[in-house]
Amino acid sequence: MSEATSYQVAKPEPVLRVEDLVVEFPLGRGEVVHAVSGVSFEIYPGETLGLVGESGCGKSTTARAVMQLPAPTSGKVILNGIDLAALNSGELRRQRKQFQMIFQDPISSLNPRRKVSDIVEMPLVVMGEGTPEERAVRVREVLAAVGLDPEASLDRRPFQFSGGQCQRISIARALISEPAMLICDEPVSALDVSIQAQIINLIQDMRRRYDLTMLFISHDLSVVKIVCDRVAVMYLGRMCELTDSETLYRQPAHPYTAALLSAIPEADPSHEPRPIAMKEGELPSATRPPPGCRFNTRCPKAQDICTQAVPPMTDIAAGHAVACHFPLI
Amino acid sequence: MQVENLHTHFRTDRGLVRAVDGVSFTLEQGVTLGLVGESGCGKTILCRTLMGLLPASAKISDKASIMFNGRDLRGLSEKQLRGIRGREVAMIFQDPMTSLNPVMKVGAQISETLVHHLDMSKREARERGVELLRAVGISGPERRIDQYPHQLSGGIRQRVAIAIALACEPKLLIADEPTTALDVTVQSGILDLLRAQQRERNMSMILITHDLGVVAGRTDEIAVMYAGKMVERSSTKALFGNTRMPYTQALMESIPRLDHPTHTRLKTISGQPPNLIYPPPGCRFAPRCTRAEERCQQDEPVLISDGAPDHTFACWRPVGMPAAGRAA
Repeated sequence: MSEATSYQVAKPEPVLRVEDLVVEFPLGRGEVVHAVSGVSFEIYPGETLGLVGESGCGKSTTARAVMQLPAPTSGKVILNGIDLAALNSGELRRQRKQFQMIFQDPISSLNPRRKVSDIVEMPLVVMGEGTPEERAVRVREVLAAVGLDPEASLDRRPFQFSGGQCQRISIARALISEPAMLICDEPVSALDVSIQAQIINLIQDMRRRYDLTMLFISHDLSVVKIVCDRVAVMYLGRMCELTDSETLYRQPAHPYTAALLSAIPEADPSHEPRPIAMKEGELPSATRPPPGCRFNTRCPKAQDICTQAVPPMTDIAAGHAVACHFPLI
Repeated sequence: MQVENLHTHFRTDRGLVRAVDGVSFTLEQGVTLGLVGESGCGKTILCRTLMGLLPASAKISDKASIMFNGRDLRGLSEKQLRGIRGREVAMIFQDPMTSLNPVMKVGAQISETLVHHLDMSKREARERGVELLRAVGISGPERRIDQYPHQLSGGIRQRVAIAIALACEPKLLIADEPTTALDVTVQSGILDLLRAQQRERNMSMILITHDLGVVAGRTDEIAVMYAGKMVERSSTKALFGNTRMPYTQALMESIPRLDHPTHTRLKTISGQPPNLIYPPPGCRFAPRCTRAEERCQQDEPVLISDGAPDHTFACWRPVGMPAAGRAA
């Protein structure tokens, strides 16, 4: 194939490469919670990767392991070529400006006794960047960028702001160090619909303005569809499916993804909800995950092999990987 | 149930919070009403007022009446109310972990209501409990009845809470965000269960939620609340098909939908909901409304109709109608 006809554009180096990430928490008496078991993905410059799944699927644990809060049990977290999991605490602190995080509850993630100016400036102080005057300029710039009036907010404290405004302050704090990677853990789940739309738009504006690369975690598939270029679906600590968001929603290949999508209630009374039935029975626990495919106890398509062999992530089309013995497409 | 001119105010150090400020509505038997609005709009306080479950700092206006089955609940003593709560009006809350008693077995919690209201013996109550658990779709009810809430998943716990609420065959069931704490795949099962039980028992039901998707497929009527007032009331079909109140429309447009392409810019409602100690004069949505004109800032709109039966809204410039449309 000549270079001219090749449609395969050489991919740039990923900003973040997560390889075979495992997070386990010992419970004592030899029991272990298998929170994340062998998750791998890459995020390319300027891209937003969504991580969806229901509570307990390990999506937040994955995000925290990327942040090294705490460090994963095993596996690699390579940010711009550096394996974060291999760094000592001093080296890690110097890398921290490269990856920042915003959390679900905007009010409890801000120190209630500090002024907004101190909260937003803190990352620069910790990293020892700039003079106080330079830092003050940066604080004003970033507050204005997230849609807060710097004059009116600098000297106030978090309790004087609404939930939506507090989330804007968190975003300002995360962006002031100009990170290579922004991790958002359910950033709009605690907000009302009308405020949620404002923050989703803000996150997208910031993505364009600062050319952000993001890992976006949410249980809300409609939010993920709007914000993310590619989406990874997780179930009980393993990844089931990973593809671009349009394909995922149009043609889900994993039975779990299909069931999840079919359960979303739509704001349209003529739409008759037809959720795909999942097998009843005990919800599996992460302490004793089922052998084979972890979804086999609830999967309507499960056969004998599903209870015996773990299905590996396999490409079924360009850029569409699924971990299932009997994919839907 | 017929509610007239209900105001529920709270005395606080900073002033009088007008949480519910002049709400009137009627709910027929066998009808499911969706009560929709954002946090702080008064939907939960409204329902707690109906149940007589308010803290001491709350004050209900003297002129209000809450007629239920021909009786005014406002005139009843606490003892008489206790005979109605759980028996004729039952409630389900958002978080089944906090509404269930963690140190009591599931069976004992169901029996409690049955013994208290229906004078059943413990043995009868236990048998009825097993039937109820089966009716709410719990497999192996004989085993479940001897378990504690912490041994159950969130979805099963909410089913137990529903079984308790249904135990005395109430005439009205109030469900306050019953699925907000649950995962999507569990949510649809709980909503279907509520709908099926409501139809089977010909109960009235009030389904409180902030999620328009939840009410769209599962209610007969919808009431939208904003800042303590009911701003639009209609059949579910007309509300989605013929939205009149700009707030309702803005709320619908700001929801991310699965058919939005990636990186769509959402329509937003600018600003914040008003302070309920000093609510703005005129229409309370006017400061955030794109259609607002001078009149909206000054005169408070009353609930009017567009001619269609059962569709009312409080707006001077309703969507899709000539300006200052005033009928009825």
